[in-house]
Amino acid sequence: MSAVIDRRGFMAASLAGAGALAFEARIALADTPGAVPLNAFIRIGADNKVTIGSKNPEIGQGIRTMLPMLIAEELDLSWDQVVIEPTLANDKIYGVQSAGGSNSTPNNWLPMRQVGAAARAMILSAAAKEWGVDAASLTTAAGKVSHAASGRTAPYAAFARGAAGETAPDLAKVALKDPSRFSIIGQSKIGVDTVAITQGKPLFGIDVDMPGLIHGAIIKAPAHGATIATHDAGAALKRKGVIAVVPVNSNSVAPGKFDTLVVVADSWWTAKNAREAVKVTWDDAAQQGFSTEAYDKGAAAAFAAGPQIAHAKNGDVAKALAGAAKTITADYSYPFLAHGTLEPQNCTGRWADGKLEIWAPSQAPNNGRNDTAAMLGIKGEDITIHQTRIGGGFGRRLINDYMVMVAQVAKALPGKPVKILFDRTDDLRHDYYRPAGWHRFTAGLDAKGDLVAFRDHFVSFGKDGKPIRAAEMSPFEFPVNVMADSEIGITYLPTNLATGWLRAPTSNAVSFVYQSFMDEIAQAAGIDLPELMRRTLGAPRDLAVVPGRPVLHSGRARAVIEGVCKMANWQGGKLPPGPKGEKRGRGFGFYFSHRGYFAEVVDITITEGNNVRVDKVWACGDIGSQIINPINARHQVQGAVNEGLGQGMVEQKIEQVKGVVQAESFGDFPLIRIEQVPREIAVQFLKTDYPPTGLGEPSLPPVIPALANAIFAATGQRLRQLPLKLA
Amino acid sequence: MSQGKFALTINRKPVSVTTDADKPLLWVLREELKMPGTKFGCGQGLCGACTVLLDGQAVRSCQTPVSAAAGHKITTIEGATALPQGAKLVDMWREIDVPQCGYCQGGQILSATALLMANPKPSDEEIDAGMNGNLCRCATYLRIRRAIRKAAGLADVTGDAA
Repeated sequence: MSAVIDRRGFMAASLAGAGALAFEARIALADTPGAVPLNAFIRIGADNKVTIGSKNPEIGQGIRTMLPMLIAEELDLSWDQVVIEPTLANDKIYGVQSAGGSNSTPNNWLPMRQVGAAARAMILSAAAKEWGVDAASLTTAAGKVSHAASGRTAPYAAFARGAAGETAPDLAKVALKDPSRFSIIGQSKIGVDTVAITQGKPLFGIDVDMPGLIHGAIIKAPAHGATIATHDAGAALKRKGVIAVVPVNSNSVAPGKFDTLVVVADSWWTAKNAREAVKVTWDDAAQQGFSTEAYDKGAAAAFAAGPQIAHAKNGDVAKALAGAAKTITADYSYPFLAHGTLEPQNCTGRWADGKLEIWAPSQAPNNGRNDTAAMLGIKGEDITIHQTRIGGGFGRRLINDYMVMVAQVAKALPGKPVKILFDRTDDLRHDYYRPAGWHRFTAGLDAKGDLVAFRDHFVSFGKDGKPIRAAEMSPFEFPVNVMADSEIGITYLPTNLATGWLRAPTSNAVSFVYQSFMDEIAQAAGIDLPELMRRTLGAPRDLAVVPGRPVLHSGRARAVIEGVCKMANWQGGKLPPGPKGEKRGRGFGFYFSHRGYFAEVVDITITEGNNVRVDKVWACGDIGSQIINPINARHQVQGAVNEGLGQGMVEQKIEQVKGVVQAESFGDFPLIRIEQVPREIAVQFLKTDYPPTGLGEPSLPPVIPALANAIFAATGQRLRQLPLKLA
Repeated sequence: MSQGKFALTINRKPVSVTTDADKPLLWVLREELKMPGTKFGCGQGLCGACTVLLDGQAVRSCQTPVSAAAGHKITTIEGATALPQGAKLVDMWREIDVPQCGYCQGGQILSATALLMANPKPSDEEIDAGMNGNLCRCATYLRIRRAIRKAAGLADVTGDAA
């Protein structure tokens, strides 16, 4: 995997974290005398090529390219001398290595720059000694050190050995460039793997290969949480090429229980086919009662009974509603969703001499290490994890079931490298789903049309009065957080399904229901949604959003709302009919999530056959002072907008009968296709005086309500359920 | 399952494999010929990640038994640039950085190659129709359209102007 490096030129500008780095922690250089360098982000070759370790999982968000840009900028390199290499997953060395929460940019913006700047300082120090001059008299550019007074210039490689012996400066005190001097940050850089992708090179987890590799196909309990009662693998083991059938625990059932059989063979095709010869019965009585139908009934009963839990309570909503000039009520809902990453879940492992080596397409590989160590009863440090490129994450691969499973198979077959691979049906049926949810809203307007009362009864999934993963809701959801009389009540239903984070978790659903209902309120008040948002957001100030989390600044919110209205020349939702008299409309949505502010406008046409065609989308965002890689930033927004349109427009929903997910293929769980995406998605960023934040997620949520609001503007139909379906 | 010896022409090179007659070309490429560029996405012919060219036609290699591929000229992503349309497309794919995760892109490039071989100057509607069988979960579709237009020598439409 690693490039050929001149070991003598290895520069120990090594970064040590004292254990896993906390959210706000800085990466500290290993500056303890005598400390063994733990690892390096930076290596300088004899040819003056500089290899930069890229620490975070690459799922298509561009981080593998972007983090090295930060290091290269402060190290004063020219981009064409940079070689990028993924690091191992090891949070004791590299700090947090996770692709989630759009956290990589805010968490690494300063530390990665400090890494580059510290390395530069060490090179300067070594050069100063070599040349017998003052380090302050030296300058750097394009990977070279110069001394103007004597006219000397030499490549960094000339000082690499000396630099490795220098004491690392204090990262917190190392001088950083003024942004006006950036020559890499802010310039568009093509993805590090783009060329290899177009050559079909092995990059992904599924492509991992090595001598003697054997392959596993899975038979997992159809109902999540069920366990193996009996199994007979005799007939399968008689098949040519079949090596073993190994029961494993996918980390979803009690210790000592098994919910999956892994059929191992000399080829995956053989293993997959041999599954039909395995006889298995399941203990699944406890899962039989869970179904889409039962959940819908449960939500209806919850609405009739009222909330179980008072989640947020401000003032007296009942009194405010009683005094309102107008009240509006509406019920909204959205389904469970799978992730449908195009690369099915897979993982490769090899057990030898009591140690485990893993090759994982994981968004949170160090969590996988912890899960795997616990399952096998071994120490985390006895697991080495290689990071592969990842064929789509979207949150699915924040869970490490595949790693835990392959580890058990590898341990059962010591010395043999083994890869497990889900087929498409496995992947859709054994996901960690975005939880479904229901909202019953009541709002009150006074005689002037101002919003004076707001109530949400939220129904989703939980246990013992607590939400299950990704079913939580903020008690400070806008506009609840700005109103004197507002409340959120919650009822949690039980489910056997495993839930998880889907790109912009909670926000992808809550934005749809809140911004659609706010559009209804605006209609009732005789204004449009941007105007209602301006009035309700009020004067520029910080608003609480989630306890202990970033705040929403109403001024930044208003600026992107103004920005998108200007981009799209917003004059309200009405549009003149199309050339053949087709109905047209436009909708607006705003959402703040993952520290990013996005307002979006969607234009649609109702085509023949009563279909929705999205013509154009405008997106205006504020993610702080600096867009680090502009080409990738635009691509992230366009991809997120299309994904959100997919959640609205195509038949995406996961349904369940007797505890079992029904989807088997992309026929049952469709993804948005090229014919369904707009011709244009215009993207603009407002640069504001805040540190740069992430972009994987925040542009997704507002497009879904903007689409629903556009459909209302075009047709008068208020669609309150995802996926959106015109009557 | 009947074993057989199959003579294939892959990226202009003759190769011979002894395997099950009904093993899909996808898995013969990936497992037996160690050519991992052709991707497994669904095994159901619904996503296009496994697209290869068979005598210049885009086919789903997951639905093509190796016995049916024998005797035909097969082009995989590893050999796409040997075709003039493939070479232009690959250049444009890199120039405008089409991929996000990249998993589907080999299949996308081969479907686009087949499209331009059959229709050198496709309309927007023809591009969409020609590419509609290839899913991109990252939804890089605006750039796929743009790269095809540029490779075909059509006017550049960025799709992201305000």
